[in-house]
Amino acid sequence: MRLALAAALAFASLMSGMGSAAAERLIASLTNQIVLITSNYTGVELVLFGTIERDAAASELIGPYDIVATVTGPRESLRTRRKQRVLGIWVNTDGRTFVDPPSYLAVLASHPLDAITNAENRRRLQLGIANTPLPELIHNDIGEVSNDPFRAALIQIMHERDLYSEEPDGVTFLTPTLFRATIALPAQVPTGNYTVDVKLFANGNPVTQTDLSFQIAKFGFEQFVVNAARDHGLLYGFATALMALITGWIASVAFRRD
Amino acid sequence: MQIYLPIADIPVNVFLVLAMGLAVGFISGMFGIGGGFLMTPLLIFIGVQPAVAVASVTTHVAASSFSGATSYWRRNAIDMTLALTLLAGGIFGSAGGVALFTWLRALDQLDLVIGLSYVTLLSIVGALLIGESARAIVRSFQGRRVELRRPGSHTWIHGLPLKLRFKRSKIYVSAIPVLAIGFIIGFIGAIMGVGGGFLLVPMLIYLLRVPTATVIGTSMVLTFLTMVAATILHAATNHLVDAVLALILMVGGVIGAQFGAHAGQRIRGEWLRLLLGLLVLSVGLRFAGQLVLPPDNPYSIRLIGSAP
Repeated sequence: MRLALAAALAFASLMSGMGSAAAERLIASLTNQIVLITSNYTGVELVLFGTIERDAAASELIGPYDIVATVTGPRESLRTRRKQRVLGIWVNTDGRTFVDPPSYLAVLASHPLDAITNAENRRRLQLGIANTPLPELIHNDIGEVSNDPFRAALIQIMHERDLYSEEPDGVTFLTPTLFRATIALPAQVPTGNYTVDVKLFANGNPVTQTDLSFQIAKFGFEQFVVNAARDHGLLYGFATALMALITGWIASVAFRRD
Repeated sequence: MQIYLPIADIPVNVFLVLAMGLAVGFISGMFGIGGGFLMTPLLIFIGVQPAVAVASVTTHVAASSFSGATSYWRRNAIDMTLALTLLAGGIFGSAGGVALFTWLRALDQLDLVIGLSYVTLLSIVGALLIGESARAIVRSFQGRRVELRRPGSHTWIHGLPLKLRFKRSKIYVSAIPVLAIGFIIGFIGAIMGVGGGFLLVPMLIYLLRVPTATVIGTSMVLTFLTMVAATILHAATNHLVDAVLALILMVGGVIGAQFGAHAGQRIRGEWLRLLLGLLVLSVGLRFAGQLVLPPDNPYSIRLIGSAP
């Protein structure tokens, strides 16, 4: 929360530095506000589309636009562990606890990030996976550790699971002011609230931004099973055990040969 | 055909999981083991989280062993007194095992202990089974009668007090080793997330001299009772039992177990033990490889909870 506030303040200060140049309005929307996970769910693609509205005065002053859309999933703490060889076998010897990193992170842009804006802006606006804060628990403190192999390993593992991605051609401009982007949600996405932060850049400078959100939730039978397992654990346990008995009994009757 | 598993949070191919259930069910019916030590690694391999895999496999093993037990029941090949005495020891063993499990997880060394337990137990049990059954096979080829119940071969175990008569198995032994075996099976089962049939069968044969005729049926009844208890416990405490996954597994498992039980009856006891020994040893060696060979990625991640 504090990080988000800091980012918003940083953005506001950048905006104010540019004075009256901010003559654009960014209007964006998602094809779905809610993604329902049913029994045939194997991943889904959402489409983000938007347009840039300009003042008559601004249209002559500002050159081509760039868009960076950051999709962030629900946050969940996790532990990265490292194995080392001890007496001939591989043992977890070392670990770091990451405090509430996003469980899904997709950075979609219309160009490579370093071509859109300078390093200083990328850092202040937390653009791209490299600039996304992934705070670690250090003793009883929480802080960022740069050049940390545990951080790099976390990003790599999440990338291999298609949960973290950075796509420099993820946003396509259909006209100079109309754009679209595809958000690919893999099968193993966590459920919860997702935010989409869309930032507009012009000539390397941040101009304006807009925030969208969508939700991923289980539905129907899937939701029923999850609720039963979570809220009525004991009853659910007896029901599954009974299911096991019935299945076993049916099979032994059906296959009886003597 | 893909289906989304509500608790495991991943889609899986129904036919793949069904085939895995069939294969493991066949093996479990044939040897009278639960098959958890085969199924859990297979599920982890296709992407199910280890905790969900362990919890859901207990349900699958409950169904599979119940189906197997009913066919042994009809052949009157179950010693209920023995099974219940083992269960009495097993309850205390499970409680002790769960306590150690929780403590090891807090130390971040649970994986290592599970890995080492698998390697040690599976290798020893596998090697013992192979050695013993190979000797029996050689003896039978030499034309000598295979003598499983040697009257003169009583060990110190048979000299212990509190003797009980297990009529169906035709043995007369102290309750102490029976309760102790039950305790060990319960303890190891809780830590390794398996029913322990692969340990119980050889222990009953070699330590208590239970005849091959009742050993598998009795082991199945014990496995079934402990796995039902484990399913309810896992569901009530950790909410990790995936009923959809368990149902697909058990449908394959119970069918496989029926065929396995029939196949098992046609194979001679010593050959059956040799096959089980080879299977157990190879799984043990696979776990040993995981511990000894350099991992693809020395780093791994583990979720520890959502934001408050």
